[in-house]
Amino acid sequence: MIQLRAFISTLLSSLRDLTPIILVVAFFQIVVIRQPIPDYSDLIVGTLFVIFGLAFFIRGLEQALFPLGESVAYAFARKGNLAWLLIFAFALGFGTTIAEPALTAVSAEAAKIAAADGHIAPDKKVMADYALGLRLTVALSVGFAIVVGVFRILRGWPIQYLIISGYIGVVIMTAFAPPEIIGIAYDSGGVTTSTVTVPLVTALGVGLASSIKGRNPMTDGFGLIAFASLTPMIFVMGYGMVMD
Amino acid sequence: MDILLGLLNIGFATLTDVLPIAGIIIGFQLFVLRQKVPHLKKVLIGFIYVLIGLTLFLVGLEEALFPLGNLMAQQLTDPAFIRSTVDVVGATLQWDDYKWIYLFAAAIGFSTTVAEPSLIAVAIKAQQVSGGTITVWGLRTAVAIGVAIGIALGTFRIVTGTPLHYYIITGYVVVVIQTAFAPRSIIALAYDSGGVTTSTVTVPLVAALGLGLASTIPGRSPLIDGFGLIAFASLFPIMSVMGYAQIGEWRTRREQKKQQTD
Repeated sequence: MIQLRAFISTLLSSLRDLTPIILVVAFFQIVVIRQPIPDYSDLIVGTLFVIFGLAFFIRGLEQALFPLGESVAYAFARKGNLAWLLIFAFALGFGTTIAEPALTAVSAEAAKIAAADGHIAPDKKVMADYALGLRLTVALSVGFAIVVGVFRILRGWPIQYLIISGYIGVVIMTAFAPPEIIGIAYDSGGVTTSTVTVPLVTALGVGLASSIKGRNPMTDGFGLIAFASLTPMIFVMGYGMVMD
Repeated sequence: MDILLGLLNIGFATLTDVLPIAGIIIGFQLFVLRQKVPHLKKVLIGFIYVLIGLTLFLVGLEEALFPLGNLMAQQLTDPAFIRSTVDVVGATLQWDDYKWIYLFAAAIGFSTTVAEPSLIAVAIKAQQVSGGTITVWGLRTAVAIGVAIGIALGTFRIVTGTPLHYYIITGYVVVVIQTAFAPRSIIALAYDSGGVTTSTVTVPLVAALGLGLASTIPGRSPLIDGFGLIAFASLFPIMSVMGYAQIGEWRTRREQKKQQTD
């Protein structure tokens, strides 16, 4: 009974989360575009799916992803084994990125661009290799990012120096990277952080920062995702330069 | 029937997305940390919720929102439509003829960000950790405003054809300056907000808009100019979240001053 009531309230807040999209679409359809919408029934069924899906996800988030990320963080902090913690950080970053469907799509697209511009042979196998190389590069960069980010939480370094150095790295690489890889590189930072990874990684960071003495979960706990969206840009531009 | 097939397909894709993560965590719990997963049954049920939730969410998006979003992007970027909205038609379309596109870009950026599940997750954590100084809705609104400005500016860039890296580098400079003045406690969270905005809902819709624009404007290549909108969507929230904290700090300071003078 309590479960059901909690679910209904989650459902209502999901509905509220979706309301802006519904309003925007309705406004542009009715006021600006003024053309009939093709499939009303699909639209309504789909929207209901989205609302229910979001509600289930939020329940699962609070019941599985957050507690799991925290419990791993506490266990590592208690055990105090730095090497294993960093191996775990790398595995989490690499493992979640390599399987990411959005990344697969972007890599395939990038291979097409490289072939169209004549940087690689327009051959199926060459393009597949290029795409796979790109995926591995991004996954490695995210693994590396989580390792650096976790290490930073342990040491309590201020995040801005690391991130700003990263920005300088991006700017310098932009000057030397082949132009057609730049857009893809800048976008690759955004596609790496999936809906399952973000809550886990956030819970891990905040959990670590709250269980280590002298760290503040607010100042030190966040920031892992920032690293994970920065390093792919640098690594992908590097990949473009190496492949050129 | 289509929906059923979609459910199976996407359900399977979500499973392959979630399984490696679950495998890594449970593997480390058992073999390295050598402890049982606390409340294993509850966590497993939670994972099933995540699977069901993401599957329904993605199928719903693909059934309803993405086709409609793509169609709207096509309709709005159609040169014939744009000409119909302009009073005085010149020989070629000027950048200020694309008003509806900028407005659509901002509106769709804002509204999809509010519905972005990973942002909800980070906002829930931020509210817990900050003890309520940062609220779930405050953070989400701040991020959504950032994305709205970012995407609108990104479409302006595609229309005018100015180089992407000028904008991004200028953005970085602003972020660096703001970092020097923003409250220390917000910085890490602000940097994180850049990465979380761009996952499930925003990316496909925004990509459709970018590709649509780049393919209808003469002289733009969809392959080269179509990209880059996501980079805008991840840069601007950093500024808006720091701005949100700066405004909050400024207001508290003003109230303190008021109380002192009273």
